[in-house]
Amino acid sequence: MSAYVLGAFLAMAAVTIFCRAAPFLFFMKRRPPAVVDYLQKYIPPMIMTVLVLGSYKGISFARAPYGLPELAAGLVVAALHLWKRNTLVSIFAGTALYMILIRIV
Amino acid sequence: MGKNGSALRAAFKASVPVLLGYVTIGIAFGLLLVKSGQPWWLAAVMSCIVFAGAAQFMAVGLLAAGTSIAEIAVLTFVINARHMVYGLSLLDRYEGCRRFKAYLVFALTDETYGILTTVPPPGDADPEAFYACVSALDQSYWVIGSTLGALAGGLIPFDTKGVDFALTALFIVLLVEQVKTVRRSAPYLVATAASGLALLLAGPGNFLIVAILAAIAGILPFRKALS
Repeated sequence: MSAYVLGAFLAMAAVTIFCRAAPFLFFMKRRPPAVVDYLQKYIPPMIMTVLVLGSYKGISFARAPYGLPELAAGLVVAALHLWKRNTLVSIFAGTALYMILIRIV
Repeated sequence: MGKNGSALRAAFKASVPVLLGYVTIGIAFGLLLVKSGQPWWLAAVMSCIVFAGAAQFMAVGLLAAGTSIAEIAVLTFVINARHMVYGLSLLDRYEGCRRFKAYLVFALTDETYGILTTVPPPGDADPEAFYACVSALDQSYWVIGSTLGALAGGLIPFDTKGVDFALTALFIVLLVEQVKTVRRSAPYLVATAASGLALLLAGPGNFLIVAILAAIAGILPFRKALS
């Protein structure tokens, strides 16, 4: 491995660890302000919303198959989960449906 | 052992979707990295020590193009800055953690974050053991996938195209769970608007961080109404 690849690799590792550790280091000695308590409660639902929408952002809805496999499989996952609330069933059924749809649509 | 066994069992059950997603996406990463001229073990070492999927994929192209180390560092920061927000919302949850705290912080990915903020630890287990098992299982799937892809990616006989939808499905399931617990519409509407904004303003590489920062800025005015 060249010095360049090693350097790039170490830089990536250091930056990633910094991003993950920063909030814990910053609030190790001081109490987080009240606004952080408020945010802690609402960040998870907002992040899940962003991650779901982010998973769909690369799909071309203007060209066939118009994102239909992704939308149909996603709706099945959500509906199954609202109905049965069994994580594995929701995910396996949705993924299997998606794998079938992308092969036939 | 009974307590730890129960933590491990619950963690495995919660992480099966990640198993599907990380192994297949890891294989794709390992295969790409080796095809770009890097040695197979770099895939394994990167997945052990960097452990950040999107940044690792990005690195394949950047390394091949000889992008400067400073630029690689800045791009890695842009991609992974969202983890600062994740950490911010885990301060309380990790507060009581001691033994594995350093590892929990190191191994925080989108999927691990989603599971830990949504799936409650089993009642008879130490929560920290459950968090550590989820984090370590998720990382092991990623390391196994990327090593496998780097060594034998070209030999896989069956067509796995589409298995990675399991991660989208996992995010949808976690969102449904959030909707059942956090029964206010504001966070979902704000996050949807923020995503729309990010789609218009940001490139595909920094969609997540722009959307998340916009969502946080957008939820602040609702503080009085929501508390």
